[in-house]
Amino acid sequence: MQALSIQGLVKTYRNGVRALRGVDLDVAPGDFFALLGPNGAGKTTLIGIVTSLVNKTAGRISVFGHDMDREMAAAKACLGVVPQEINLNQFDRVQNILVNQAGFYGIPPRLARARAQEALEQLQLWERRREIARNLSGGMKRRLMIARALVHHPRLLILDEPTAGVDIEIRRSMWRFLEDINAAGTTIILTTHYLEEAENLCRNVAIIDRGRIVEHDRLQSVLRKLHQQVFILNTAEPLAALPPLDGYRATRLGEQEIEIEVRAGQDLNTAFERLSDAGIRVISMRNKANRLEEVFFHLTDRSLDEQLEAAHRQ
Amino acid sequence: MTLREQLIALFTLAHKEYQRVIRIWVQTIVPPAITMTLYFVIFGTLIGRRIGQMGGFDYMAYIAPGLIMMSVITNSYGNVVSSFFSAKYNRHLEEMLVSPMPNWTIILGHVLGGVTRGLIVGAVVTGIALFFTRLQVHNAWIAISVVLLTSMVFSLGGLLNAVFARKFDDVSIIPSFVLAPLTYLGGVFYSVDLLPEFAQRASLFNPILYMINAFRYGVLGVSDIGIGTAYAIILLFLVGLFALALWLIGRGTGIRE
Repeated sequence: MQALSIQGLVKTYRNGVRALRGVDLDVAPGDFFALLGPNGAGKTTLIGIVTSLVNKTAGRISVFGHDMDREMAAAKACLGVVPQEINLNQFDRVQNILVNQAGFYGIPPRLARARAQEALEQLQLWERRREIARNLSGGMKRRLMIARALVHHPRLLILDEPTAGVDIEIRRSMWRFLEDINAAGTTIILTTHYLEEAENLCRNVAIIDRGRIVEHDRLQSVLRKLHQQVFILNTAEPLAALPPLDGYRATRLGEQEIEIEVRAGQDLNTAFERLSDAGIRVISMRNKANRLEEVFFHLTDRSLDEQLEAAHRQ
Repeated sequence: MTLREQLIALFTLAHKEYQRVIRIWVQTIVPPAITMTLYFVIFGTLIGRRIGQMGGFDYMAYIAPGLIMMSVITNSYGNVVSSFFSAKYNRHLEEMLVSPMPNWTIILGHVLGGVTRGLIVGAVVTGIALFFTRLQVHNAWIAISVVLLTSMVFSLGGLLNAVFARKFDDVSIIPSFVLAPLTYLGGVFYSVDLLPEFAQRASLFNPILYMINAFRYGVLGVSDIGIGTAYAIILLFLVGLFALALWLIGRGTGIRE
């Protein structure tokens, strides 16, 4: 039994736009799954249909074996959702928002209050429980939406761009929190534009483009499909010039920084030997971030910059 | 969801709506109290003195049930249309839509919120009326049941308005151009017997006429309409509007893409 199983999902909007053109997707229980795709690829429509906020045109969805058409209430009870846009009742108090949400899932008031406290403490919002939601900062509102999605203890948590607009410190604390609840057994599906986020957190990935799944595999396998990887090397001493590194494309980025491209069939050992022969001592190395951006480019024929440009034009 | 869980969801929503009414009491309860006081002063005391009696009662006593019902109708409607539309506009309606609570609980929870405000305002206006006139109660059961049922009918009306509304202007169109004229022409200030025959017949197509007269019967024991017909019309609207709301919410009209 899959945590989420989608078969032949089609969505055609009234204006004729075909947002989803037959999506098949399985997410295993306990997975930390990334759903990635360019702007307008169909990610939010897909999540909207799974959470019943968007009506589908065709296809079947089941959540932990509960068919969304025949057992909608049971399927919804397994789901928690954190939407992309803030959708809190801005005039309600933090604690009330969670207690009410628990009540909507049929949780009795006393237990609802305990669950609300638990979720607010987990997200470091308990001190703010009497605050009006409108008065919270952007990061706190995001955390409140996560707490709200967790108050009924869902088995599957869907997060649509949960860390958009959140500063790096809060983003990293959210990552740790999500890792913890995933380790405790909650299946997580994440859509994000921060590719670093997907690389850090997720085990499996699906890439959606123009309403179709174009890649669905383990994240590491997807990354291995790249024909090249780029590394940044930091040297112990400043470099006057870059020595010849036969077969490797290398660029001197700064006095003590080299960017080196390792293609399929090449290895890093040889590159290090050549640097060593030239008397260059490497003290540290990092993989150039946004490797998934390369995957995007290969699979969707569009770079993120192009997508952002397209989004601005719309 | 078990029936118990469904009832918990219903209670949660109804309580949330009640809290909203109380939290913004300056907007929900005070304005109708002031408006109705002015009605009593101007129409009841100043003009009513010159009118004398109507339906065998002082004019002030005659219009009091109509004014109570008018406040119940407008506030029940106004509460649900504004609460449901803001939840839809600000998207926190999604809290309910993603949850397993069935559609009937979403509808009934909002209706109970509307009824709560309608009854609170109705009670306040009744209190104000008692400063101006003595009100007997001819049949408490009829008076209470008609207020409750009417309040439910107009709460459902407000919900349907909010379902179709796309912008804030759409929320005020029906109350201004439909509800207010029908209420004023529904026998709040006069008996339909005073109207020419054509206008009397036309008034029979106004459902508010039946509600106001049924309530007036419960309070004063006089009515322009048969009480059985009034109940039948009110129940017909109640069942029809609830079924329509259930169908629209079920297919996602105005709330799902």
